[in-house]
Amino acid sequence: MQMYDLPDARGHFGPYGGVFVAETLTAALEELRLAYERSRKDPEFQAEFRYELKHYVGRPSPIYHAKRLSERCGGAQIYIKREDLNHTGAHKINNTIGQALVARSMKKPRVIAETGAGMHGVATATVAARYGMECVVYMGSEDIKRQSANVYRMKLLGAKVVPVESGSKTLKDALNEAMRDWVTNVDSTFYIIGTVAGPHPYPMMVRDFQSVIGEECLVQMPELAGRQPDAVIACVGGGSNAMGIFYPYIAHEKTRLIGVEAAGEGLASGKHAASLCAGRPGVLHGNRTYLLQDKNGQITETHSVSAGLDYPGVGPEHAWLKDSKRAEYVAVTDDEALGAFHELCRYEGIIPALESAHAVAHAMKIAPAMRKDQVLLVNLSGRGDKDMHTVAARAGLDF
Amino acid sequence: MSRIQACFEALGRARRKALIPYITAGDPHPALTVPLMRALVEAGADIVELGVPFSDPMADGPVIQRAGERALKHGVGLSDVLSMVEDFRKEDNKTPVVLMGYANPIEAMGSERFIGRAKEAGVDGLIVVDYPPEECGEFAAQARRAGIDPIFLLAPTSTDKRIREVARIGSGYLYYVSLRGVTGAGNLDLADVAARMPKIRAATRLPIGVGFGIRDADSARRVAETADAVVIGSRIIQEIEAGTADEAVARVKAFLRPIRQALDASSRQ
Repeated sequence: MQMYDLPDARGHFGPYGGVFVAETLTAALEELRLAYERSRKDPEFQAEFRYELKHYVGRPSPIYHAKRLSERCGGAQIYIKREDLNHTGAHKINNTIGQALVARSMKKPRVIAETGAGMHGVATATVAARYGMECVVYMGSEDIKRQSANVYRMKLLGAKVVPVESGSKTLKDALNEAMRDWVTNVDSTFYIIGTVAGPHPYPMMVRDFQSVIGEECLVQMPELAGRQPDAVIACVGGGSNAMGIFYPYIAHEKTRLIGVEAAGEGLASGKHAASLCAGRPGVLHGNRTYLLQDKNGQITETHSVSAGLDYPGVGPEHAWLKDSKRAEYVAVTDDEALGAFHELCRYEGIIPALESAHAVAHAMKIAPAMRKDQVLLVNLSGRGDKDMHTVAARAGLDF
Repeated sequence: MSRIQACFEALGRARRKALIPYITAGDPHPALTVPLMRALVEAGADIVELGVPFSDPMADGPVIQRAGERALKHGVGLSDVLSMVEDFRKEDNKTPVVLMGYANPIEAMGSERFIGRAKEAGVDGLIVVDYPPEECGEFAAQARRAGIDPIFLLAPTSTDKRIREVARIGSGYLYYVSLRGVTGAGNLDLADVAARMPKIRAATRLPIGVGFGIRDADSARRVAETADAVVIGSRIIQEIEAGTADEAVARVKAFLRPIRQALDASSRQ
């Protein structure tokens, strides 16, 4: 494999990515591109970012050998990267700290964000409080109903949560609305996108901030397991936790990269969120990537038990990794993810986010057919506290 | 000569300004789109912009979003919009029709197939909101080869370099977005429009239309003091949604006529 140096100067990963936005946003994106380029090369910026990750987030997050789960599966050893132990309970904070520092360098006093499950909203509200910025979070009104605890969390942190009533009233519509806010208030406002999607430079910038996950794994795995893993497994909605752990491993050709999408009620049911497994390339939210769409090119509504995977697109770098065959993408149903959720609770004493449970489910699927000296590394992107209502409701309980 | 070019040349000779109304195809009902297009022409439209509904209209404000959602409820897709233009052309072979929408429905149909069908249907220009010049060189070239004008947006934040780039690749007219925000916002900055026109004219001989934020005869007249064309969208959609479907044609005509009169009165002075 040639040296991997994507994206190109205009944000393309092969045919994917790019800057597909109205002229009204072009200047703002150019300003951001230049500001991020400066921060990327600035040792002081990087030092402050690392300091915050260590002292505020609690990094490095540990890797943990899930021995009982591995034994139960009867094959490969399953190791878990504990992003759930980060401050705010997920990997999202790595990126919001990075972008908040870029916002500060651009002297923008106001940050906005979109959120689905609410984790990115909470992570944005958190850093806005930390750095003294005004914060507005756009959230689909359907998601607000599903995730009331996170809505309250954001309010406690001083953010204003704006319900979005347009379209399907979920994550994609919140993203549309945040873009509209940005284009209207571009002088004062920095838009903190939560995943590796959107127009350039977002997919690259978010990947860079999240790649601390994989960089730590590269060091931790030899220490703990004596070797690098045979496969790295991560769930993919927009794909930021997966990109974060995959990216430093792209050059390690012996390590398979496996992204796990949400198959919802099954790919055949049409009720899923598996854009790479079941979608077609198209243009949405500023970039070209795989999308779930109908024959007329309208974006279709998605379904997943986990709100964080409920997105009809996916980061353009994943689209490229799929086409170039460097990564594989599979899908796991709601039921399989819930099964893995309960197994991880009972066998390891870890309550995972339903998103991350998709990755655990796939590891449990492939581990039995592997040798006991083989190693799987699962990115446990978040903790499951936010999912108590959903899991209880599926069991017929009123939480 | 393209219909759009012919239209602007005729207007130029008569020292008149172009009035370009926008409606979303399929709103409030697919059967009303062609009658509404004809009503716009009767009330004084020089060019008709027809919106192609899209599920995720990132650059549009709430009014045009609602129009798109109403059209999508009727299942109106890009194919249907092309059929509507074909219908319109049966009785009007003169008024230019410009489609305005987003890239994904076009890519879903396939760019080449779309351009071929648009040409057959009698489409004269295309505004693809999320296709900036850097991302659509080939598409714009295909359109021009088919005799369809690729029309691009300029914003208050566009740099001089960018204005030149857009002027080089675009044809038909340039569409200056007169405010920072989405369609239908209220904060039209007339001083900004007047200040920007000379800069844009220095880079291009294309006619310049101004839109986003024009709400009535007075703002239209003042924009036309410096621009070649006035684009009005959200206010027309509001007229449509303020009455029943039966009233839509009459309401739209009644709204547009005074604007036409104001534009013509001031250009005669």
